[in-house]
Amino acid sequence: MIIDLPRFVASERPYWDELEGLLEKMETDHQFSPDLAQARRFHYLYQRASADLCQISAFAVEPATRRYLESLVARAYGEINETRRGERKIRLVHWFVSVFPTVFRRRIGAFCVSLGLTVAGVAFGAAAIAIDPGAKPVLLPFPHLQGKPSERVAWEERHHGDEMSGRKAQFSTTLMTHNIQVSITALAMGMTFGFGTLVLLFYNGVILGAVSADYILDGQGKFLCGWLLPHGVIEIPAILVAGQAAFVLAQALIGHGASVPLAARFRRVVPDVVTLAYGLAVMLVWAGIMEAFFSQYHEPVLPYAVKISIGLAEFGGLCLLLTAGGRGWMETEAGS
Amino acid sequence: MTAKRLRVLAIRTPEGVVFSVPLAGPFARFLACAVDFALITAVSMFAGSVLSIFGLLSRDLAKALATLSYFVVSLGYAIALEWGWRGQTVGKRLLRLRVVDAQGLRLQFHQVVVRNLLRYVDRLPLLYLVGGVAALISPRSQRLGDIAAGTVVARIEETGEPDLAQALGDKYNSLRSRPAIVARLRQRVSPAEASVALRAIMRREQIDPEPRARLFQEFAARFRTLADFPPETVEDISDEQFVRNVVDVVFRTRG
Repeated sequence: MIIDLPRFVASERPYWDELEGLLEKMETDHQFSPDLAQARRFHYLYQRASADLCQISAFAVEPATRRYLESLVARAYGEINETRRGERKIRLVHWFVSVFPTVFRRRIGAFCVSLGLTVAGVAFGAAAIAIDPGAKPVLLPFPHLQGKPSERVAWEERHHGDEMSGRKAQFSTTLMTHNIQVSITALAMGMTFGFGTLVLLFYNGVILGAVSADYILDGQGKFLCGWLLPHGVIEIPAILVAGQAAFVLAQALIGHGASVPLAARFRRVVPDVVTLAYGLAVMLVWAGIMEAFFSQYHEPVLPYAVKISIGLAEFGGLCLLLTAGGRGWMETEAGS
Repeated sequence: MTAKRLRVLAIRTPEGVVFSVPLAGPFARFLACAVDFALITAVSMFAGSVLSIFGLLSRDLAKALATLSYFVVSLGYAIALEWGWRGQTVGKRLLRLRVVDAQGLRLQFHQVVVRNLLRYVDRLPLLYLVGGVAALISPRSQRLGDIAAGTVVARIEETGEPDLAQALGDKYNSLRSRPAIVARLRQRVSPAEASVALRAIMRREQIDPEPRARLFQEFAARFRTLADFPPETVEDISDEQFVRNVVDVVFRTRG
């Protein structure tokens, strides 16, 4: 077959233009949903452009025409064959209260790994401080944690949290942004086959365990709970969720026992990883606000019982969200 | 051992049509990234100075907003632009690059988010060393974020209509009176050879006389081996005119 290219282009150009117009609409308007007639027409135009591409591919045709048609067919192919659910409209509240808990439960195994590593780190840190108090400068290389806990408690209770005066907002945003960046790093470390995440979670647990043991052994358990619980009950689970997302990625990367290729494994887990990342970011924003505006106030400004109660209430709320959130939505999804 | 680097990503549709996406190399991507980094820095500084107005109300609030704006811009810039501009940031636009789905499907929001979140591991230990090494090793030039998200970075090529009339003109072509030779040429000249020859014709005015003569001499020598040309079709015409005649009959038929 011999193609008269100018005539061929002239006769097919109106169809290509029509297809391009529809594609522009689909690509720029995320809410656009074609009706049956439009969908049929779109499919016809795609098939026609594909046939045109086939026709000219076998012959020596000027490269610009071929590239143009390839680009057109590629764009239409993407629109027609996409079967994944598109996030045409992102509902942030629904995502947090329904999708996030559902995904959390679906990936509970990875969360358990994350929790287990942190608990191992806590046990190690606590044991190290209890057995060898001289290891404190090594385990806790932070100047404000080097002194005796009882001295710090006495100082905090004397100053009524005044040292935070005039810089609470800045402190809060610094905490949020820093914690979110550390959590994203922990998540991204999943691409090191989970090894980087393993180290980060264990080390985080070591610090937590060492601080806790230091305060408890010095008789400051109540202060510790009042200080850590209001923000820690959200912040620590958020970091565990980051670890959970990382291990979901690592599992897909390793693919032990999986019969599908790497790209397909990632394709399955990536939406869940994004949902977990979004959930942990919201949790860390809340934790940052609590840490700057609440956790830094101690008795006599805020009774420890109140702080502990609020911390426990937050934890209860979080547990309720993660265990019960999205149950109705899941049934609707299954039905549809 | 590194896998062979692909220059294009070929995708075969269920209809049996094959289309290809030209892939961007790591260096073009690094340049685009540098442009984006400069832009993020500039926007953050501008936002910081605008937000300093809040210092009149509270210095604490102004500093908090500056911290927050830098964080939001640095993390959200690429996500927002790649989602809103179908896989492009300012740097990618300037370098004519675009993030696309590795299977040719529509780019999804979660893919954009994951490839940008995983920059935190790709940019370790500094200057995207991990991502750069991954892109050099990967046959599709994918950094770790792209591998996880199932995306590739494609080059955008010009897709204008060809102007054959201007390139080839309407001069008398002695080959047109030899249908058998025309048919033989259309059968034997490969699409790649014809494309290169046409490009050479289109750009001939930009080539110096000596290399121009040499170039068309080589083309003519190659095309002469593809068919038995009667002397009157090749004698008394220059190599360049002969190549134009061959390209003309390969690309155009006349009623």
